[in-house]
Amino acid sequence: MNAFIDFYAAPPGLTAHAAPLLVIGPLIAACAAALSPSTRSAWMISVGGTIFAFWMALCLAGEVARNGVVNYYMGGFAPPLGIAFRIDALGVMFALLISGIGVMAALFSGHTLEAEIMKGKRRLYQSGFLLCVAGLLGLSATGDAFNAFVFLEVSSIGTYALIGVGVDRRALPAAFNYLVMGTIGATFFVIGVGFLYAATGTLNMADMSGRLATLGDSRVVEAGFAFIVIGLGLKAAMFPLHGWLPAAYAYAPSLMGVFLSATATKAALYLMARFLFTVFGPHLDFVGLFLTWVMAPVAGAAAIICSAQAIFQTDIRRILAFSSVAQVGYIMLGVSMASAEGVSAGLFHLFNQALIKSALFMALGGLAFNIKATKLSDFSGVGRTAPWTMTAFAIGTFSLAGVPLTAGFLSKWRLIEAAFAAHWLWAVGVIAVSSLLGLIYAGRMLETIFFRAPVSEERAGEARFGVLVPLWILAAASVWYGLDASLPVDLSTAAAQALGLAPAGAAP
Amino acid sequence: MSFLLGHFNYLIVVFLMMGGLWITFSSRNYIKRMIGLALFQTSVGLFYISLGKVAGGTAAIVLDKTSKAGEALNAHLSPDYVARAGVDGVVYSNPLPHVLILTAIVVGVATLAVGLAIAVRVREAYGTVEAGEIAELDRTEAGPRA
Amino acid sequence: MSTGETLILATLLLPLFTAGVIRAIGRAEDVRDTITLLAGIALAILCAAMLVRTGEGDAPSLVLAHPLPGLDIAFKLEPLGALFALMSSTLWAVNSLYSFGYMRAKRETNQTRFYMCFALAMAGVMGVAMAGNLFTMFIFYEVLTFATYPLVAHKGDAAARRAGRIYLGILAGASVLLLLPAIIIIYVLAGSTDFVAGGLLVDKAGPATAGLLLALIVFGAAKAALFPVHAWLPNAMVAPAPVSAMLHAVAVVKAGVFVLLKVSGYIFGADLMHANPVTQWLLWLAAATIVIASLVAMTKDEIKARLAWSTIGQLAYITSAALIGGAALTAGGLGMVTHAVGKITLFFGAGVIFAATGVSRVSEMRGLGRRMPLTFGAFLVGSLSVIGLPPFGGMWSKFLLITNAFDAGQPWTAWAMIASSILSTMYLMPIAVYGLLPPTGTQPAAFTLPGGAPRLSLTPIAITATLCLVLFFLAGPIVAFLGPLAGGAR
Repeated sequence: MNAFIDFYAAPPGLTAHAAPLLVIGPLIAACAAALSPSTRSAWMISVGGTIFAFWMALCLAGEVARNGVVNYYMGGFAPPLGIAFRIDALGVMFALLISGIGVMAALFSGHTLEAEIMKGKRRLYQSGFLLCVAGLLGLSATGDAFNAFVFLEVSSIGTYALIGVGVDRRALPAAFNYLVMGTIGATFFVIGVGFLYAATGTLNMADMSGRLATLGDSRVVEAGFAFIVIGLGLKAAMFPLHGWLPAAYAYAPSLMGVFLSATATKAALYLMARFLFTVFGPHLDFVGLFLTWVMAPVAGAAAIICSAQAIFQTDIRRILAFSSVAQVGYIMLGVSMASAEGVSAGLFHLFNQALIKSALFMALGGLAFNIKATKLSDFSGVGRTAPWTMTAFAIGTFSLAGVPLTAGFLSKWRLIEAAFAAHWLWAVGVIAVSSLLGLIYAGRMLETIFFRAPVSEERAGEARFGVLVPLWILAAASVWYGLDASLPVDLSTAAAQALGLAPAGAAP
Repeated sequence: MSFLLGHFNYLIVVFLMMGGLWITFSSRNYIKRMIGLALFQTSVGLFYISLGKVAGGTAAIVLDKTSKAGEALNAHLSPDYVARAGVDGVVYSNPLPHVLILTAIVVGVATLAVGLAIAVRVREAYGTVEAGEIAELDRTEAGPRA
Repeated sequence: MSTGETLILATLLLPLFTAGVIRAIGRAEDVRDTITLLAGIALAILCAAMLVRTGEGDAPSLVLAHPLPGLDIAFKLEPLGALFALMSSTLWAVNSLYSFGYMRAKRETNQTRFYMCFALAMAGVMGVAMAGNLFTMFIFYEVLTFATYPLVAHKGDAAARRAGRIYLGILAGASVLLLLPAIIIIYVLAGSTDFVAGGLLVDKAGPATAGLLLALIVFGAAKAALFPVHAWLPNAMVAPAPVSAMLHAVAVVKAGVFVLLKVSGYIFGADLMHANPVTQWLLWLAAATIVIASLVAMTKDEIKARLAWSTIGQLAYITSAALIGGAALTAGGLGMVTHAVGKITLFFGAGVIFAATGVSRVSEMRGLGRRMPLTFGAFLVGSLSVIGLPPFGGMWSKFLLITNAFDAGQPWTAWAMIASSILSTMYLMPIAVYGLLPPTGTQPAAFTLPGGAPRLSLTPIAITATLCLVLFFLAGPIVAFLGPLAGGAR
């Protein structure tokens, strides 16, 4: 977090209200985009709105680095009565990630919408995208359990609609399934929150945590825990609740692929970490048991089974989608260790995955003009006709597979290190085996793209310049953080600390 | 038995919830699945209202206990109970869950609207809203384009 | 930036830069090839300079990046690495010359990619050679794996792609599954992965843990081709001759044993190598590999397959030296060099014969030597050196390896080496000798290439054959130069 400690690049009045502005900025931009006169202006509003949100996230990061936690009471009403935003190191990490990826996705959207979204719907599409961003940012900022549900649904409803609007009709059933599963997940979450409210009489997560600590185990709390975990597990595509994800990612318009794969499941993971560690806490028996005996094995199974499934996909985006589920497995594995090392390694991996997956989907989306199909075989030899786009794709794939000198390698390193420190040798094995499987599907993609003869000469051509810029920023970030990971490591370590997990050796 | 009777509203909640889920998962028809989903979400509303209801309490609008309505309310309640559960001599139901569920209803309606809109688009693209037939069409028809 | 840092950086960047230039120039063949050759010579000069500085006790070092606390991308020269770097860069220059002749004579396609990947592979080799810690070494070890994959699959047909998959599968698979976890465990135990004279893990790991780690590393560094992770090597022989010569006799396989030598000397140290319960088993396995590989080599008629199996056996010699540790490491280092020079001569010879006549089977070579005396003469020299007969460099390394094995109380290893030397006489000598004997019955195959052997390829054979002889006299200085490697341990 030290990197942000001197960040004062906003007027003090703005910094004081950065927390709500983080959410309100994109919300206003969403309205403006819907009302704007042209596609082009909507795009500019979209870029502006996300950049504003990123700026606010940076301000918050500076505040958090200096003061630890930022509390903001809506209308000045303190928590038991009012709704509070409470942003700590974990929240800031997500706010930075979501808004940063949001900026990249918005930049990227300029050209691809023309290829994928019918005329007349593009402004509304930008508007929906901004709603999504606002919802996710709100999620990372809020300190209120019910408020979290609302933000979760704000982003999700936007997502359901945006997935279905593409030109590929298979996106429609995918969006519908996602809607059903997502709604069930969110409703489970609300039920869980209801139980907790019945037990504690508060919706503020910090208060809840304090009262649960004195309350101890009770049936009501346990039931609430179960509902919340299953609900968020559905949203986060936690194996085996991931059935909706591959189709939704694979057939969605590429803007949604880029943004969703980086943020949507990650946001649910964020909320899950929040509840597991802040609200409940691993010191409660049933939480500890759940982490060790349910979450860890399930995460390990996800890492291996879904990586294996990814190998056998013929659709390139489905390969990436299954890989996403497997990566959620890695992150969960880190989280389930319930140690500072494990959780920070998991969050570090999450950070890298967001960069990687958005870059990969961006590279594929950038070629949507030229390549009208999504089968892996359609991408034969594209490495020769679109070297810039596909080199960035290759960098992303390397990072995904955990090749050295990329960020993905370091986060796997940290995960194995944490597993070894926790004496989970089986987890070391799981990560190694799954990495090997990852290498296989990565190799399969790269072999087709670079070493097969092109299907036909005429579908040549790079992605547009407007796509290459954000794409290469993300790819370069993957390499940069592979050489010097101090920023994401600092962020994730501080985030784990904010969850109440002190690093080994530090005073408790 | 008295436990069951005392919690009959929760029983209804469970019944509606399971019914909704059952419909959602067992139907192949998109419209029926949406109906199930709506039922499921509604049951949560009932759950929250049940949580917030205080026996004999009135709506959370400030009430003078000496007013006519206040006296009518307290006539049914024992003074002990009023002293224990009441605020300034009047027993109110907890307003917060009501407010929350108002929000949840809004969210639910929005979801329902989006879901039905997608179902309409599915019908336009595939000519059916039966999941089985859609899967069959995806398998057999060459062009993946809508 | 000090001179040492500049040297290291230049050594790393030169091959990378060359790869970029080759890519940019592309079809201008002559310019491209000249640049490859010049880069090889320049790299050899740089490596020589580093070797001299290392010998003077002023080893260059450089820290490039700090990805994680305690985990640096750092370089530090030491005698073995300097020797490895010099050997590889010199042979790269020689091999480039050879490649021009071979690739043009065979009219191979995709030559630009070929030379580019070669340069990238050299960057990997330089990184491995100069690495200051296990983590850096691992990175460049992988660079080497991935840069050589397109070379193995060069032909692009089904067989080549299959071989490429096996190659990548075994090498990358073993390093991800075994080597990487081992490195991370070392990092957790010791807080760093630095190479420390005398052993990083001394006092930090018990014998049992050390044994586990040793097994993980020995099998994880699959480039050393110890049974059962040897299968990639015979498969990789589908590659064009210069690739087999340079990579699968010199750079790639030697990188594997180099890792083992370094790990033995600088991570475990002689005492841990001796004390842990796994070393003995691995030594037996290495002895078995030595003998079995030689026996398999005898059954192969295809010349490159025979040479590949011979390499597997010879690599196990050096692996044994690494496992014995201590003074044997210098013998291993010398063996690494002499075998590289000898084996590259053999592969050069095989390639020239194939390019000139299309013959690749030993049984069809009788009498060919009359027509290609220089090639077969050089092949004879290479064979003698690999077998370990005077007056060639191979003799000293064999001698030292065997005596060290006896000294360390490993008679089985020593006897396996002796047996294998006799076997290697039986599978290597016939090639050269029958080739030089007068033909019987059927006439030997005619030249398919007008003018016979490609001229550009003959010079390199002469050079490496001469080097075999020169190494016989250089063995003493090399052993002295490697002295610190053994001295640091005991």
